Amino acid sequence: MTSTALFDEPGPKARRRIRIATVLGTLAAVALVALALRQFAANGQLDAARWQPYATWPMWRYLLDGLWSTFLAAVVSAALSMALGLVLALGRLSPRRWVRLPAAGYVEVVRTIPALLLVYVVLFALPRYGMDLPLFWKLVVPLTVSNAAAFAEIFRAGINAIERGQTEAGLAVGLTRFQTMRLIVLPQAARRVLPSIVSQSVGLLKDTSLGFIVSYGELLYSGKVLAAYNHLVIQTYLVVALIYLVVNASLSKLARTLEARRPTPLRRRPARA
Amino acid sequence: MSVLLDHLPELWQGLVVTFQLTAGSFAGAAVLGVLICALRVSPVGVLRALGTAYVETFQNLPLLVLLVLAFFGLPEIGIKAGLLETAIVVIAVYEGAYVGEALRSGVNSVSKGQGEAARAIGLTFGQSLRHVILPQALRTVVQPLGNIFIMTTMNTALAAAVGVVDLTAAANRVNLTEAQPIPIFVGAGVAYALIAAVAGFVTGRLERRLVILR
Repeated sequence: MTSTALFDEPGPKARRRIRIATVLGTLAAVALVALALRQFAANGQLDAARWQPYATWPMWRYLLDGLWSTFLAAVVSAALSMALGLVLALGRLSPRRWVRLPAAGYVEVVRTIPALLLVYVVLFALPRYGMDLPLFWKLVVPLTVSNAAAFAEIFRAGINAIERGQTEAGLAVGLTRFQTMRLIVLPQAARRVLPSIVSQSVGLLKDTSLGFIVSYGELLYSGKVLAAYNHLVIQTYLVVALIYLVVNASLSKLARTLEARRPTPLRRRPARA
Repeated sequence: MSVLLDHLPELWQGLVVTFQLTAGSFAGAAVLGVLICALRVSPVGVLRALGTAYVETFQNLPLLVLLVLAFFGLPEIGIKAGLLETAIVVIAVYEGAYVGEALRSGVNSVSKGQGEAARAIGLTFGQSLRHVILPQALRTVVQPLGNIFIMTTMNTALAAAVGVVDLTAAANRVNLTEAQPIPIFVGAGVAYALIAAVAGFVTGRLERRLVILR
């Protein structure tokens, strides 16, 4: 889709220029690929023997086992951080200040702390205080802590996007605040934030690659183990990257499909900071 | 608290490396982002496809995978560079995809009539870009770019995982020798939060000065 703010329908001159640019662009892309392949070939990384292992099932089975662990960590962490995120979002919207402030503080602080720092805390700080978690939780806990803040912001934006009239109507027919939230606001908000939730989940799945640090056997760590075993460093990591790419691109595609199917909001409101 | 003061030189050095990583990779990402955005809004199909492929690839790969691939893979094909430089380039390439998407959404947010009006009064492509499209597009992307900057700061921590001694790695090292995790990690966390707070404050101010209320 061409950006219509920038260009008119091309005339004969513009069409000729587009054809020239097409040829040049294709040539540039081909040249880049050729350059990369030459660099690979010059260092013997294109030898059939170095790629042969990835035509065999055991290598793939090992990596796919890693992918399964990645999924496991991502799903558990997504479920936990969504639950925690919802609690935080509701807390931030609470009329009571002693609920609102801690929730806001948690979200604002955790959002700006790198996940790796949290991983280091769980790896090296908690054991000192007698909390030596199993490997799986050493990865899932920091991911949950950091993603809960992101999910909280998504839910809060979704709840804020529901017109106030909905809440007012709910209260007017005699529902309690909690009932109004549960029966009227949340179902509408959930539908609206679904695409953001899917794309945040892609981010979470990307974050599970921190298992590399934790030595939890997810996809990237499996790649590390495999590369140490078969000495095919670049090949192994390229295959790992390819698997991540396929999985995440499918999830991102899902997010875009959901976005396209979303009913258009009745009225646009200025976003609240 | 005294642990932090005792190891101030190492931690400060780590913070400086974090600043270098952030500044270098964000600058690189900005340049790449403009390029990617130009590809993605161009009228040439092949160039659009290239831009889309770039964005799809780098938004869907974990940064850590890219870092590992660059740090352990590039030497295998005979490309050797310093730790810091490699990390800066990889993070720039990764964040470039996000910057490109933010800029593109900015350009797309300018309504069609603006461009048509600019051409109708006889402005050339460059002029309409410079006087009409970009001033409006850039204003809408201040906030998203600020968020990407904060994300870049946090993502530079991943360089610690492949051996760059940034703030996260420095904090970890100090903790390994001193075994006082709480003050050290809290200190590092506060430093990151401060960087993000400053970035948020600056973008907030910029946005309030630049935004056009419609």
